[in-house]
Amino acid sequence: MLDLINEKSARKDYILIGLFAVAMLTMPIWLAPFGANYPDLMQRFAIFGIFATGFNILFGLTGYLSFGHAAFLGVGSYTAVWSFKLLGMNPIPAIIMAVLVAGLFALVIGFISLRRTGIYFSILTLAFAQMSYNLAYSVLTPITNGETGLRVLNSDPRIFDDKDAEYSGSLLSNLFGVEMTGMAGFYFCAIILIITVFIAMRIFSSPFGMMLKAVKTNQNRLNFTGVNTRPYTLAAFVISGMYAGLAGSLMAIIDPLAGAERMQWTASGEVVLMTILGGTGTIIGPILGAGLIKYFENIFSAFNDQTLNAFFGFLPETLREGVVAVTSLFVGEGWHLSLGVLFMIIVIFLPGGLVEGMQRIFNTIVAKGQNKDTASSETKSSPAVGE
Amino acid sequence: MDVILLQILNGLDKGAAYALIALGLTLIFGTLGVVNFAHGALFMLGAFVAVTINKILSLENVVLSETETTAWGTPLEIRTPIAQEWFGDFGLVLVDYSVPLSILIAVPFMLMIGIFMERGLVRFFYKRPHAEQILVTFGLAIVIQEIVKAMYGANPIQQNAPEAFRGAVDLGIMIGSDPGVIVYPIWRLVYFGFSAIVIGAVFAFLQFTTFGMVVRAGMADRETVGLLGIDIDRRFTIVFGIAAVVAGVAGVMYTPILPPDYHIGMEFLVLSFVVVVVGGMGSLPGAVAAGFVLGILQSFASMTQVRDALAVLGLIGLDQIIIYLVAIVILLVRPRGLMGRKGVME
Repeated sequence: MLDLINEKSARKDYILIGLFAVAMLTMPIWLAPFGANYPDLMQRFAIFGIFATGFNILFGLTGYLSFGHAAFLGVGSYTAVWSFKLLGMNPIPAIIMAVLVAGLFALVIGFISLRRTGIYFSILTLAFAQMSYNLAYSVLTPITNGETGLRVLNSDPRIFDDKDAEYSGSLLSNLFGVEMTGMAGFYFCAIILIITVFIAMRIFSSPFGMMLKAVKTNQNRLNFTGVNTRPYTLAAFVISGMYAGLAGSLMAIIDPLAGAERMQWTASGEVVLMTILGGTGTIIGPILGAGLIKYFENIFSAFNDQTLNAFFGFLPETLREGVVAVTSLFVGEGWHLSLGVLFMIIVIFLPGGLVEGMQRIFNTIVAKGQNKDTASSETKSSPAVGE
Repeated sequence: MDVILLQILNGLDKGAAYALIALGLTLIFGTLGVVNFAHGALFMLGAFVAVTINKILSLENVVLSETETTAWGTPLEIRTPIAQEWFGDFGLVLVDYSVPLSILIAVPFMLMIGIFMERGLVRFFYKRPHAEQILVTFGLAIVIQEIVKAMYGANPIQQNAPEAFRGAVDLGIMIGSDPGVIVYPIWRLVYFGFSAIVIGAVFAFLQFTTFGMVVRAGMADRETVGLLGIDIDRRFTIVFGIAAVVAGVAGVMYTPILPPDYHIGMEFLVLSFVVVVVGGMGSLPGAVAAGFVLGILQSFASMTQVRDALAVLGLIGLDQIIIYLVAIVILLVRPRGLMGRKGVME
């Protein structure tokens, strides 16, 4: 029976991942109308998609809200850059090393943090992330290069690299001769995203995933029935940390430098926001959230007073000044303010994220179609907001 | 001996700030069961009340001099603080004492902010999961921070203590040690005394007033108090306001010690969480005690002698993370914290 379900869900997963792969790889085409089809931005879509997908494995499945995931991202970045420095500019060893080190790091932090649940867990992970951040800035300067950030130098050992080769400009990561920049970099990230999303899908529909969902629903009951939940949550935490490490290493691959600011609590908060914006516990939600936030960050940050004035050019002079003054708070430097407001709105009104929102709209439309002959007043009673 | 005393003193001011923030966090958690991630932002708001009052008081009237000129030949600008024009020399005293004076404004302002926050936002989240409570207050913290950043810029803004409290005092002479060993900035002593008064006032308020008794009863068993016909929700709202005031005045008085910038709150918040965890969630004395203990511990760990001794053992940079390490050990050994009640949030 279970096999049958697994087989069915597996077939569904294959179809979904196929569609997703097509969507990802054709991104440069269908993003063109939005003006977002340049590689730098699409690379970020993919990288943060991986990060958010990983975070979702922990938060979406088990309900453990980690506020320190950026630490793993930072660790991944540092490891990748060190791999470049020591082993050469090939991204494959960098990724493997970063995932392993981040996983190890997550194992230690998770082992301690997961002794507590709920609020305590969030506080503990936040404290750990802050601790890593402090360390990266101060004591670990020999490893992290402190405020300057870690970068690859021509004089580094890079034992597998062809040292005689002429380098023009800064060192770039290259996969057997293909430089990981521009579109090549994007496709590299996109393929890794597709693989990781497929793994996440399989985790979601596996017995392991079911167990994690049970932890989220009622951990006490699970404990009472004699199940030790700790190994499951720890596994989820480590997997999620590895995803973050992978995302961090990709960041370093695209641009071979690493800085401590990647570990700051704002970065941890950002991935939480991405996951929640899209829809916690869904496969596509976090990727959607990551894409939207990076897209709007890109657009909003580029605005300044001049572009705003041009944008509101149709308004009369006096009104325009007021509107520009207010909106300029939210764009450019103030992009984080819009992010905070968005964050609050989503948490207050739509805790299920955009995916839930779309489902609601879809359901309302379907219900409307069915009740066309009967009194349509019923359909207006949409689910109460903020339950 | 003297060195130890000096380090204890050094830890006191930071410990006092931790204790005040942790006290507010614990008050809110104990009454309403919400972990307020925006509490650091309240501390920061308090600090910026001081900045604003200082700016208002030191507004200047610029008059171009008719007779004198500057070295460039342009008329000399004569700047006089408006406060001086209005109140004479007393106006200058006002400018000098802008930080302590800010408390008068900060108390009603923070009370209002606190009550507004509870009524307008937090109360809708009592029945929702903890994760959502954390997230919404976290979002609020970002919004408050960014508004302050938009208004005051990203750079720290230096505030001065009143003239009379600047400089340092040699405490060593008083206890009979050599002069110049225990020299301590006066304002930090003031801060410590101030925080002791605030903490004492909060405890007295909870212990000796009817209002405080009801609040304590509500912390123990909210439902029963409600069944007795007491409007416990309204009282808890005021408790939230008080917690905001405590964080706010802590921020006001801290400005001469550390120039405030828009993310000062988050740095203090993370450490205050650790303090709360160490002290025991829901225990007010625990929060205060842990605040001071951790503050002093941090100052000891940053002592040169201790650092050298630890470096020999291979523990470099322990001073940066000592607080976190203590928290981890406490959580592993005694999950309810130093003074936590049995069964509360274990």
